[in-house]
Amino acid sequence: MSSAARAGVMRRFTRHHLALFGGVTVVLLCLSALLAPAIAPRDPLLLDTSVRFLLPFASWTFPLGTDELGRDTLSRLLYGGQISLTVGLVAMATTVVTGSVIGLLAGYLGGWTDTLLMRFVDTMLCFPQVFLLLVVAAFIPPTLISISLIIGLTSWMEVARIVRSEILHLKEQDFIQAARALGAGKTRIMFQELLPNIVAPLLVAATLKVAAAVLMESYISYLGYGVQPPLASWGNMLTNAQGYFDTVPWLAILPGVMITLTVMGFNFLGDGLRDALDPRLRMESRPANAPTLRTRRLACLEQNDSASRAGKRWLVAWRRR
Amino acid sequence: MTLADTTAPDLSSAANTAPVLRVDDLHVHFRIPGGVMRAVDGVSFDLRRGETLGLVGESGSGKTMTSLALLRLLETPPAQIDGKAVMFEGRDLLRLPEREMTDLRGSRLSMVFQEPMTSLNPIMTIGRQIDEPLVRHLGLTAAAARARTHELLGLVGIPRPAQAATVYPHQLSGGMRQRAMIAIALACRPSVLVADEPTTALDVTIQAQILELLEQLQQEMGTAILLITHDLAVIAETAHRVAVMYAGRIVETGPVAALFAAPLHPYTEGLLRSIPRVVRTPAAELPEIPGFVPAPGTLPAGCAFAPRCAYADAACHGTRPALQPALSDREVACWKPRHG
Repeated sequence: MSSAARAGVMRRFTRHHLALFGGVTVVLLCLSALLAPAIAPRDPLLLDTSVRFLLPFASWTFPLGTDELGRDTLSRLLYGGQISLTVGLVAMATTVVTGSVIGLLAGYLGGWTDTLLMRFVDTMLCFPQVFLLLVVAAFIPPTLISISLIIGLTSWMEVARIVRSEILHLKEQDFIQAARALGAGKTRIMFQELLPNIVAPLLVAATLKVAAAVLMESYISYLGYGVQPPLASWGNMLTNAQGYFDTVPWLAILPGVMITLTVMGFNFLGDGLRDALDPRLRMESRPANAPTLRTRRLACLEQNDSASRAGKRWLVAWRRR
Repeated sequence: MTLADTTAPDLSSAANTAPVLRVDDLHVHFRIPGGVMRAVDGVSFDLRRGETLGLVGESGSGKTMTSLALLRLLETPPAQIDGKAVMFEGRDLLRLPEREMTDLRGSRLSMVFQEPMTSLNPIMTIGRQIDEPLVRHLGLTAAAARARTHELLGLVGIPRPAQAATVYPHQLSGGMRQRAMIAIALACRPSVLVADEPTTALDVTIQAQILELLEQLQQEMGTAILLITHDLAVIAETAHRVAVMYAGRIVETGPVAALFAAPLHPYTEGLLRSIPRVVRTPAAELPEIPGFVPAPGTLPAGCAFAPRCAYADAACHGTRPALQPALSDREVACWKPRHG
């Protein structure tokens, strides 16, 4: 990308205030997770039954209070962030790699390959993701990596579809024909000519997938199949908190806020990236009443995110803006 | 440039050398509901070293199909490519394994496309796109390829080659892009270059420059060019010989000057007559060829041009004429050739 085009993308991105907010949130969350060992006030696993259920902001030793076993909530949130974000990123990578390879093969090779792969995608989509996840999780011992892979391998289908549709459009373009005429083989065309041309939509899908994976991890941890105690993840912190929700609600609220912030941050980031990178928006003459990319994305979200109540709530709020 | 100049001085010597490309009875068929569409119906021609053969015809006459079939760029199915042989450097392209065909494309047998705006990968620098065939076909190292790329960019007349190699296609004008495209196509010094309407998308002054460039590079490299166009002026400027296509077949071939001076086939005659000329007297109405090119599914039994031909008689409608030698170095497929 030329420096001018890059500057244009940056300008469109920073003009998008929510996207900027999302980007900053994501950066802060990642930093806090990375720096957890340095900035966490205490060992997140250290029990101290003399200080159970301390209120947040009540003392300097426990800035966000303590849980039912007297563990420092702030430290647990920071370390839990490491877990949740790792799962999010690894699952996203799995999703993007699987989805784009399958989408690329189906879209470019066409014919039987396409039919078989896309029917496989349909089959995968038949199962509700959470159900699929829980079944697999019940058989595979939950470790950080296995959870990430399971989430990734049950959510690549939309990426495959996005990639396939982009490829179907791209492969008819003259420069692909030209590449063939100049001696490029199939592999070359797929990975060197086509793939780099769909980086923008992939990047957007990737950020949205991080958000979805973080939610998914919370979800299965909440149901007890995910990250196992005493290791903290935002999801299992929620599980622990539910027993005390009527008396000490902040134990649930704090990890909930973290999850919401993360999901929101990545979603806004993805949204902003899409608006900034989408070449169709660079064209001046777009009919005023044409469906915007935002409405398209909302439609996608509505279909995909049935598992996330929080996501839905944000969706509604977002739409009302 | 006048017509007389277009017969290049090396034509007589070129005529003696063996052809680099010999197309013998090439067919391209498409199966369509209710029959077979014959897009290319038995096309034969020779292309000699250093020669430019102009393939001219209206839209839908099968000229682009011919070129795509030569490089085997058509998807099969739906297309079906048949023929006696397409001999290129001792190998039959119709029967070559896909793998060897891929190796040949862009190295010995190359192509320039009509649309310089869309024929380059939008997100790859010009330099990388020229490096690619060099690395792939000639096995050059990245550094050697880049050095050659700069050389090639200079050769096709792009100013400041080192800088031009680092820009993206959208930063170049149409003419510059077509030059870059030519640099890519000629990077490995192919012996045959197929140029499919290389100047159609460019404006007239740039057209002349690009044609001149092709001619100059041809003289330097000895490349044979198959120039596909619907523009007779382009043919007159650049080609040595010309083959006129109509409804999937070649109806007339011959040296450019002779063919333009005295067309044998009524269709060629019609084409030439319908070129607007700058004249002093108020122009009479521009002659046109009545009717339309028959759709490939609905060819008449006789000569495909007969329904539009002013000279056609029963024989023309009854049987299809084959391409036959006429005069010196010329061929025509017509029962009633003009000037014959």
